[in-house]
Amino acid sequence: MDVWSSLMDGFATALTPMNFLYAVIGVILGTAVGVLPGLGPAMTVALLLPVTYALEPTSAFIMFAGIYYGGMYGGSTTSILLNTPGESSSVVTAIEGNKMAKAGRAAQALATAAIGSFVAGTIGTTLLAVCAPIVVKFAVSLGSPSYFAIMMLALLAVTAVLGSSRLRGFASLGLGLAIGLVGLDSVTGQRRLTFGQPLLSDGLDIVVVAVAIFAVGEALWVAAHLRRTPLHIIPVGRPWMGKQDWKRSWKPWLRGTAFGFPFGALPAGGAEIPTFLSYVTEKRLSKHPEEFGKGAIEGVAGPEAANNAAAAGTLTPMLALGLPTNATAAVMLAAFTSYGIQPGPQLFTSEGPLVWALIASLFIGNLLLLIINLPLAPVWAKLLQLPRPYLYAGILFFATLGAYSVNLQAFDLVILLVLGALGFMMRRFGLPVLPLILGVILGPRLEGQLRKTLQLSAGDPAGLWSEPIAVVIYIIIGIILLWPLLFKLFRRNRAAATPVGPQLKSGSSAPNEAGGSVSHASHRASGGDGPGGDGGDGDG
Amino acid sequence: MSSLTTGLKGRAELGVALLLGAAGALVLWDAIGLVTPYSKSDPVGPKTVPYIVGALLIICAVLLAINVLRGGKGEAEGGEDVELGHPADWKTVLPLAGAFILNILLIDWAGWVISGTVLFWGSVLALGSRHYVRDGIISVALSLLTFYGFYLGLGIALPAGLLEGVL
Repeated sequence: MDVWSSLMDGFATALTPMNFLYAVIGVILGTAVGVLPGLGPAMTVALLLPVTYALEPTSAFIMFAGIYYGGMYGGSTTSILLNTPGESSSVVTAIEGNKMAKAGRAAQALATAAIGSFVAGTIGTTLLAVCAPIVVKFAVSLGSPSYFAIMMLALLAVTAVLGSSRLRGFASLGLGLAIGLVGLDSVTGQRRLTFGQPLLSDGLDIVVVAVAIFAVGEALWVAAHLRRTPLHIIPVGRPWMGKQDWKRSWKPWLRGTAFGFPFGALPAGGAEIPTFLSYVTEKRLSKHPEEFGKGAIEGVAGPEAANNAAAAGTLTPMLALGLPTNATAAVMLAAFTSYGIQPGPQLFTSEGPLVWALIASLFIGNLLLLIINLPLAPVWAKLLQLPRPYLYAGILFFATLGAYSVNLQAFDLVILLVLGALGFMMRRFGLPVLPLILGVILGPRLEGQLRKTLQLSAGDPAGLWSEPIAVVIYIIIGIILLWPLLFKLFRRNRAAATPVGPQLKSGSSAPNEAGGSVSHASHRASGGDGPGGDGGDGDG
Repeated sequence: MSSLTTGLKGRAELGVALLLGAAGALVLWDAIGLVTPYSKSDPVGPKTVPYIVGALLIICAVLLAINVLRGGKGEAEGGEDVELGHPADWKTVLPLAGAFILNILLIDWAGWVISGTVLFWGSVLALGSRHYVRDGIISVALSLLTFYGFYLGLGIALPAGLLEGVL
């Protein structure tokens, strides 16, 4: 298991002319689709899945690597030039980025975002290449009880920590688990939730579910609230940075990376918390604190690097454990399964060349992104002017095409519409989407591990905590679930001791003064600042 | 916002609780209907997890109902093109869903080129574009391009339907 030689083999695979071409196509497609307003990285990957069906797995995943980073980068371009971030992870970038753009420094904002993404992505991917085999080595020694516990942790952490209301998170999780139940039971072959419909007995195709919830739900939701007054788009030339900008950017890039990667690798890390932490840190360390809120370059460089490093971090548990921790990784994992590849710690041994080719193409995609995006930025900015009827009709059109081409069944389109309506309702009433998707993907695997565990212990529930790792994880789960309660107790004690913690106060008010103009999504990110913050509204 | 509209919105969210409850009941009802003899090799059986999921959904439904009645409210999702100031615009959403359903009904019989054209043209129209001819041309072009693109590029034969032989 020599990392270096495996990685070199990966590069050899990824750099064959055909595969390199796929990487280029992936980066361009990913950026182009990611720049379009309303299309986040997860939806980008879901919509482009069918394009990869005709390819062999290796080429397909090389293309995915490009799409993944391309989609991330496209999203930040949108938020800098439009000031209405589509995803919570680019909220913080938009705060300073749009101010810079308005002050005529769009070129520098885009440049520091692009170069910062490259730096963070490269360091993050290196860490991924180093850490993943170590995690695998540790993971192969684990048995079913530990796996069951780890999956529980991922599900509960994402549900309980992210989002503003735990209750609504659990509701979404429940719906996802129920969707995951549909089909033949893997052990006994019994039909569950099929209602006598033979077409349902294979279960719901995860691609169809993802496209329905992300693309159709989003298109319907936007259609219901379409902005009739066009947004002001800031024109932009070729991105570049002056000497002063470099000097002010490189440290935030590195600090942002340091925040981003570990959070991305954690089961409920996500990108919101590290981008926010990076912003606060840069504001405190900056020599130009007065510029914050008016377009400070550090405020773009740090969070953007954190965002990309988190994206690389997310891939560590996904490749090493088969555990997706954000929506994009969940969709990519779904792609793995649709190629008949079993995710999990055995992935590195059973599909070694594929995994290393994927990691190598992450490096290549990152570099391509920098080379392609700096000169092409004005073109991407033009994409923002696409008339909205065409954009959202196009999303529906390609969503339909993608879902239909999986099995060539009109029945899948009925499911697409029904689940699309569910996605619409979830957006309307503030149910987070991520727990549902994770529930659909992890639910069946969770059940499999549960049954294996109890089979080994001959039905004795004590088998669930028969491994030390499992016990540790259950304690962590307990802390996460009880966190709001502990937090309240802690705060009450602290409030009694010192009237107001000045540090805490300045930290939590930072985003609000700047975020006033950054539309609705901003308080979601600041809510993520203390994990579980005030515990949402009424958890059980 | 007046208190009347907030009251109405609060009541609308009770529908979510109802849906969760119904989904939970459905999962439980389906699980009860499964017949499996106890087997040593599978002590958990196919029923356990559905019971847990059904219970989770019903608990969430009850708690959500209590939460909404106490004045809790889910936060509608924002986005680049979303303006939450006005209420849901059903005059856009329903025709859009109509175009989608039309596509489902037509796709196997009339083929993708026709149904895809209907889908795109109908959607653009529903979303407020008024360039009928230009939109029509774009729709046909898009459907034809994807049809041939999928056939030649990806080896996936989308249904030709009525135009079988022409394409």
